[in-house]
Amino acid sequence: MQAEAKVRIGLEVHCQLTALRTKLFCACSSDYRSSEPNEKVCPVCFGLPGTLPVLNAKAVEYAAMIALALDCSVAGRSLFYRKNYFYPDLPKGFQISQYDKAGGVPLASSGHLEVEGKAVRITRIQLEEDPGKLTYEGTIDRSSHSLVDYNRAGIALVEIVTEPDLEDARGAKMFLEKLRSLIESLGVSDGELDGAMRCDANISLAGGARVEVKNISSFKEVEKALNYEILRQRTFSGAASSETRHWDERRSITIAMRSKEEEQDYRYFPEPDLPPILLGAAAVDGVRRSMPEVADSKAARFAREYGLSPQLARELAANKALSAFFEECARLHTGYQEMAGLSVSELSAEDVTGERAVAPADYVELVKMVESDAITRAQAKEALREATRTGRPAREVVRSKNLSAVADEGAIAAVIERVAAARPGSLEEAARDKKAFSFFVGQVLKEEPKAQPAIVARLLASRLRAKKT
Amino acid sequence: MDPLSVKARQVPSLVAGGSLSAEEYVASILERVERLDGRIHAYLQVDREGALARARDVDKRARRGERVGRLAGLGVAVKDNVCVASLQATCASRVLEGFFPPYTATAVERVQREDGIVIGKTNMDEFGMGNSTLNSGYGPTLNPWDASRVPGGSSGGSAAAVAAGMASVAIGSDTGGSIRCPASFCSVVGLKPTYGRVSRYGLIAYANSLEQIGPMGGDPEAVSALFYAMAGHDPRDATTSREPPRGRGGAGLEGLRVGRVREFFGEGADPRVRERVLDGCSRLEGMGAHVEDVSLGSLPHSLAVYYIIAMAEASSNLSRYDGVRYGLPSEKGTADWNSAYARTRSAGFGEEVKRRILMGTFVLSAGYYEAYYVRAQKVREIISREFSLAFKGFDLLVGPTMPVLPPRVGDEPTPLEEYLIDINTVAANLAGLPAASVPCGYEGNLPVGMQLIAPRFREDVLLDAAVALVGEGGAPRPAEAP
Repeated sequence: MQAEAKVRIGLEVHCQLTALRTKLFCACSSDYRSSEPNEKVCPVCFGLPGTLPVLNAKAVEYAAMIALALDCSVAGRSLFYRKNYFYPDLPKGFQISQYDKAGGVPLASSGHLEVEGKAVRITRIQLEEDPGKLTYEGTIDRSSHSLVDYNRAGIALVEIVTEPDLEDARGAKMFLEKLRSLIESLGVSDGELDGAMRCDANISLAGGARVEVKNISSFKEVEKALNYEILRQRTFSGAASSETRHWDERRSITIAMRSKEEEQDYRYFPEPDLPPILLGAAAVDGVRRSMPEVADSKAARFAREYGLSPQLARELAANKALSAFFEECARLHTGYQEMAGLSVSELSAEDVTGERAVAPADYVELVKMVESDAITRAQAKEALREATRTGRPAREVVRSKNLSAVADEGAIAAVIERVAAARPGSLEEAARDKKAFSFFVGQVLKEEPKAQPAIVARLLASRLRAKKT
Repeated sequence: MDPLSVKARQVPSLVAGGSLSAEEYVASILERVERLDGRIHAYLQVDREGALARARDVDKRARRGERVGRLAGLGVAVKDNVCVASLQATCASRVLEGFFPPYTATAVERVQREDGIVIGKTNMDEFGMGNSTLNSGYGPTLNPWDASRVPGGSSGGSAAAVAAGMASVAIGSDTGGSIRCPASFCSVVGLKPTYGRVSRYGLIAYANSLEQIGPMGGDPEAVSALFYAMAGHDPRDATTSREPPRGRGGAGLEGLRVGRVREFFGEGADPRVRERVLDGCSRLEGMGAHVEDVSLGSLPHSLAVYYIIAMAEASSNLSRYDGVRYGLPSEKGTADWNSAYARTRSAGFGEEVKRRILMGTFVLSAGYYEAYYVRAQKVREIISREFSLAFKGFDLLVGPTMPVLPPRVGDEPTPLEEYLIDINTVAANLAGLPAASVPCGYEGNLPVGMQLIAPRFREDVLLDAAVALVGEGGAPRPAEAP
């Protein structure tokens, strides 16, 4: 079997700016998900003759935030273009979008997003309006008619196009997840909402033609669709032709839609009803200053300012609420590593923001107890669980449950002997093998949960040395 | 009463003072419409009850001594591509039959706020595409000066209505001359404002980057009042200017530097038209203006540039007429949506509209876009620059509005011949400049109009000049419509 051809995947992500209260070009509410069909429409987004689009300035700001978070360069002057095609979900017969050819300038270009240490290049970012939505009775091929709902028409979309830098389906999924959490951390979109983030993919195997796969409704489906398409192209090696295919979610296959020769001519030209988007250096700086810190730079700062390990800093930064909680605690106490570690492993966003949220001062006291060996980390966790369940202060839990670490080394040494006696040969194994050593410590802690793991380990190590000699 | 016995400019103050009843005045206009419009066909729809109700309301407020608007009592004819809530808006196209917009155009809203009274919606070339008002899906409008002649277009209904005294003033729209051409052929004053001066919200688009709503009428002072009522920034139209409209100096023409544009008097021009416009220039000189010849070398290209851009934009603007949401319903039955669209559009659009959609689609197509659309935009820039340069030496540029006298209804020119007579009007749209047509003489009983073009946002100069040229009495009336 010959070596498998290298796969190149590029993505085109469409992200609704769900944090906007209104649509991109009119004052209609953008909160359409629980509405009756055609309830959230007005003459403008319904495309009635004589109406004109007026740009939502907040949408530009949000799109620029995404662009900056992806290290793109933002165009000082970009243009809206009309993309002309007939389709019943398109009320004007054209979509107002942006374009990078025919003299068009998109909002931003040339960025990147790092995924597992590798940069995925962002080609461009542009603003456009979402079309409406067609629904069918039953399945698309058996329905006698289709129904059209324009509630979604005119919702602000940001399109993010990558270079074909991804190499497999898993990588594509990781990229999308990272992108989603980045966008969420900016507070401009909630990617969890149905249809808020959608994606098209183009896939080519080395030497083969580029195939575009459309209609992928969620990130879960992306992995499936890509794996299917890679397998299909490998199986029919050399047969892949330049075409657009449709992901059929129900049957989990891609179906041919049209070949490259049949591609529509969208007759792009500048939208005469909208002036250019102007984003000068000062405006871009303003956006930058108003941006919440995104996860990657926050993680770097945590590592730098608090000396957290890179792994811990990343995990903490990925959770907005925990990050904020941690920084409050960091003002009260300098045991950064312990505070960060314990919150990442034990606390959720709900635990620090909800009704029964842990107070930073209370948490800091708890951490101090761990640091002074007054309680074990396991006890601290227990106290936190109880505190977040009941809303009582963790310190009070410690007191009422009488939690305290066993500091008596003689008592712990006795437990070690008991465990060794119960499992003949286990001491010898622990001396030879690191894993067995940890397992032994675990057994001791099981017997005596109040023992400090560090003390157990120290005592066990000296016991082993004693045995050798 | 006879509505012609009172000058339009005097109506608002007479109504405000209680010496003229708006209801009586409007009723007399409606009476003329009833008597004359069977023959002229300026209106597609007359809002008799609505107009009278509004007039009564104005009278009531005037009687109570409350403030009434600056256009109080004036009967306003509105071109059918300008939306008025609850009145059908067809753009003279069958494809929009049954479309009642739920909103009123900003320009009309402002007119109504000043107590102008909408008489009805006027005929036009379908979607503004033409200069004769023959291209209407609802039959042609005839010229009140000579019913065998066209009134010009596309705002032919509005021009004919004011010329025949079936409205005090009228609202038109001008994409490449659609206000000025019929103003010239019907001997009224018509003003196309600077691009961005009047809101386009509610104007059903033909070519967005070129067109403006503007005033028309026989009395230049009333035209001026109508213009100032409509002008100004509108948050619903992102292309409107925030610069406030410049008020008129009211000065005479003493010292005004007028450039007679050689290209406007070019070889295609009817010598009789040329003579009358040269007479007009002499009158300007007589009033103290300095008239000099000037040449703008890029003007001969303006027609090709105009048609490429206008058709390109039109092909996109008119895509929405698919019969799905409003207008001409596509027949019920089983068809894929593509053929249903084709059926609606084949039945709904007239020949000229179809021709322009096809040509516009062509010039935007991959492979032709650069050669046509992009190049046209570059030449448009050059034309704009040339005007800016000319305005360093002149306050006003003039020439014949139309190179010909009003054509006969049965002439049936080829499309190209029809396009060619727009040669003098399209440049102002390409450059976004304010331009007016002002009556300046007659050949027999056929009117000749002079076009005046001013620098951006200098409508004040155009209106002052129009007032000076037309004089106190207003434009003459046609004998055909006594």
